[in-house]
Amino acid sequence: MDSEQVGLVAGLEIHQQLDTACKLFCGCPTRIRPVEEHNGEFYRYLRATVSELGTIDRAAEEEMKHIRRFRYLAYDSTCLVENDDEPPSPLNEEALEITLEIAKTFEMTPIEQVHVMRKLVIDGSNTSGFQRTGLVAVGGTLPNGGRVESICLEEEAAQRVEDACFSLDRLGIPLVEITTSPCLHTPEEVQETAAFIGMVLRSTGRVKRGIGTIRQDLNVSIRGGARVEIKGVQELDLIAEVVRREVRRQQELLAIREELLARGAAVDEQPVEVTRLFEKTGSSILKRAKVILGIRLRGFAGLVGREIQPGRRLGSEISDYAKRCGVGGIFHTDELPAYGVTADEVAALRAMLDAEEQDAVVLVAADRKKALCAVQQIVRRASLALEGVPEETRRMLEGGSSAYMRPLPGAARMYPETDILPVSISPERWGSISAPELLVDRARRYVAEYSLSAATADQLVHSSSLSLFDRAVAAGVQPGLAARTVLATLKELSRDGVALDGIGDDRIIAVLGAVQEGRAAKEAVPDLLRAVAGGAPVDDAVASFAPAVDADELEVLVDQIVQERIAFVEERRMGALGPLMGVVMAEVRGSVDGKRISELLRKAITKALG
Amino acid sequence: MTETFASGDRVACTIGDTELSGTYITDRDGMRVVKLDSGYNIGVDPSRVAFLERTSGGDQPAVEVDQDPALPELAIISTGGTIASRIDYRTGAVTSQFTAADILRAIPGLAEIARFRTQILATILSENMTPALWQQLARAVHDAIADGAAGVIVTHGTDTMSYSAAALAFMLQSPVPVIFVGSQRSADRPSSDNVMNGICAAATAVSELGEVAVVMHESPSDDRCAIHRATRVRKLHTSRRDAFRSVESAPIGYVEYPARTVTLEPDAVQRGTRPLILDDRLEPRCGLVQFYPGMDPVLFDAFSGYSGLVVAGTGLGHVSSACIERLGALVDAGTVVVMTSQCLYGRVCDRVYDTGRDLLTAGVIEGATMLPEVALVKLMCVLGRTRDRDEVQRLMQTDLAGEVLGRSPHGL
Ligand SMILES: [Zn+2]
Repeated sequence: MDSEQVGLVAGLEIHQQLDTACKLFCGCPTRIRPVEEHNGEFYRYLRATVSELGTIDRAAEEEMKHIRRFRYLAYDSTCLVENDDEPPSPLNEEALEITLEIAKTFEMTPIEQVHVMRKLVIDGSNTSGFQRTGLVAVGGTLPNGGRVESICLEEEAAQRVEDACFSLDRLGIPLVEITTSPCLHTPEEVQETAAFIGMVLRSTGRVKRGIGTIRQDLNVSIRGGARVEIKGVQELDLIAEVVRREVRRQQELLAIREELLARGAAVDEQPVEVTRLFEKTGSSILKRAKVILGIRLRGFAGLVGREIQPGRRLGSEISDYAKRCGVGGIFHTDELPAYGVTADEVAALRAMLDAEEQDAVVLVAADRKKALCAVQQIVRRASLALEGVPEETRRMLEGGSSAYMRPLPGAARMYPETDILPVSISPERWGSISAPELLVDRARRYVAEYSLSAATADQLVHSSSLSLFDRAVAAGVQPGLAARTVLATLKELSRDGVALDGIGDDRIIAVLGAVQEGRAAKEAVPDLLRAVAGGAPVDDAVASFAPAVDADELEVLVDQIVQERIAFVEERRMGALGPLMGVVMAEVRGSVDGKRISELLRKAITKALG
Repeated sequence: MTETFASGDRVACTIGDTELSGTYITDRDGMRVVKLDSGYNIGVDPSRVAFLERTSGGDQPAVEVDQDPALPELAIISTGGTIASRIDYRTGAVTSQFTAADILRAIPGLAEIARFRTQILATILSENMTPALWQQLARAVHDAIADGAAGVIVTHGTDTMSYSAAALAFMLQSPVPVIFVGSQRSADRPSSDNVMNGICAAATAVSELGEVAVVMHESPSDDRCAIHRATRVRKLHTSRRDAFRSVESAPIGYVEYPARTVTLEPDAVQRGTRPLILDDRLEPRCGLVQFYPGMDPVLFDAFSGYSGLVVAGTGLGHVSSACIERLGALVDAGTVVVMTSQCLYGRVCDRVYDTGRDLLTAGVIEGATMLPEVALVKLMCVLGRTRDRDEVQRLMQTDLAGEVLGRSPHGL
């Protein structure tokens, strides 16, 4: 694929959860809970409301085709604000401050008076039916010369547990939305830019980490195509592939359009009821259906089944549109006979709809209301195929393809949140905000200041325990020891099933401090942490792992061990040092520095060998 | 130099080195509020907003609402409140400016239940309600029923809805349902309770009920509304959908949603069992005051010259010994004083403790099981009808509209 030739234009929208103490508009903690811990539930319906300009947003209008009863799970860590049963509290100042830090890093200009808006979202993911969001700053720069258009502070939506059931623990967690201009021109550039923005966000040290805490939306179009927004790309490494697949999809749709125009294709307006044709069919879905409607797509044969992305056909697109009416899916003649439908049934169907060889027929089976709604959607999407690529919001599927979600929303979906007063960002406040040190700069500083290797420094700045490292070093722990603890010891212990969560950074630093002060050997660190994780106070652990072996005692002990194994020492000479190290270490239970034991052993062996 | 903009003007804002176009909305706190083309509103210093062009504001087309002639006819009388509110584009505040016909459009399912005629009595927030408006409302409801309405729906702000409902229950005997309804969460949000409350109110208004009632969410879920007797209902939460509860008695019925099935309890008054009678006389010079420990007795003097005063006392219906004397003086000067309890649940009984007996000696009337605000509204009605002290006492202690319970149910 030649990005320039196809005229690829792409932009990014990055959503990152902030690690604040409280949610954006209430005092609840920003903690994700296991679903089984919910302690309450309730049910709601949502309805599209007209905007202040008197229009209904097109994405919301489509959502209204199928009104659903949503179930919400509440927790002892959620409140009436999440339930949409209490007005929101004022905007969380901590979240605003982090947003401003990020804005400063991108050299943006803050909005003087931030107004919180309601963005209409009636898919159930917000109990209120809208997502609260405010534009905080505009006009930033990227290292590749591209632009950061805007940064918004938003509330996170509720987590979908399944279908129409949502969990309220996530609802209201502060989220920044960073939007770049459509300034990216290759799949790789999109991915690199996403990585850069992610690095900037993590540089604040105040963003959430882990799966689902950062999500990338991609805006992609090619020459002759249309702007398509692909939502919810969670893996950074997949971004380039998602872009490549979208480019291919748009190319294929344009090719299909050309073929359809060449064939003089057209879409019937009226469906034909074909329920009786399938009374004795082997397809259980069709046999069970109350009503089956067929719609003829003239000139579409072979194109409905044409692959436009791995695992996706034009038929999948049509099916996605139909599903908005609550139907399970569609059948089309490009894939029939199959699924229990016989060749005879297909022939009868074609005859009934006057479908010629070049025509395709799409079937939908449901109750009458849903089926009629679905036919409208099928006609709509099939007609769009004659125009090329529809503007859409899509969701990423596993592997990097995407499925239709809803039309691109317009400005009609935004109206003011009247329950929250605007927030002013004074020049003084903006002046008091400082941009965080970027992680890439910090890694360089670690190499220079702490003599760490570039690889170690890089690992450290990307580690979730970076702040532990900084604090340990600030407390006087030798950087090498701190780095090894953060990058290796803690990981190994947690792999062994040691519960480190409850220890807390303070106690880890106390253990490392004991090593630094010579009260414990660095070899004892894993055992010490294990003991502390098991509930032992740090000083007790240090005492139990550091039986008082003073310098003289140690020398005597080493001599004694060498004497007891003199035959072995004479046989192996200096080669006995290694094995004897283990014996001594076991004796002192790791409480003495290995280097020192090694020195003493070397001396004792030399002496014994005369 | 600052220009004068009109709402709807196309403008350009300069934020740093970014130029953004949008629509001017209003001035607020010294800033120009602009709706950007992205939909976001922002406040910008006037020096950074430039006029582009004036646009003609397109009027919203009026939408006709179809009415099915086969359905019973209901009257909707609108007094304001969040069931009929929308955002004022200019100020950004929620205002109650809908016509009653707008309600039909806002709640699409209504047209399947009945035909509607609508009347706007007031467009006020319910905290601005007055006894004079209760009277106007009672007359309007009476006239609608006399005119053949199969039921009446009164849309009302929730804050003082129970006062107005109680007032109508005392002023009006009705053969058909008179249903008060509102919404706790504003109608401009997709999650508003206005749709379900409105549908359930209409279902109740065509049901077999024959009294004044409040119909609101029964729980936080959009599953069921409770039908509350007008004189037993109270708003018990500032913001929850299910803020309205029947106090010391169960709701008189329920409406399932979205099925719209109405079930009435045996003690609900049935449609057609009472004649239509309006008695809208009212004595507005009545007060309500809550006693608290250490209350300065002098405060009661503020009510001297009033025709009636309801006191929300403590426990069984008490005030401090120091206050009793002042209440006695009020009674002696001709003010009717009725004792209720801030416990809300349970019966006032001033024959148990000394302070209670002293209150009775001072001429204070026990308010039985009446909620304080219901006793106030009732006292206004009773004093509108008679000034005979004994008759007032008899009426205040007699059940007129479900406010005085003959026996106390258990529990809370
Ligand atoms: Zn909360």
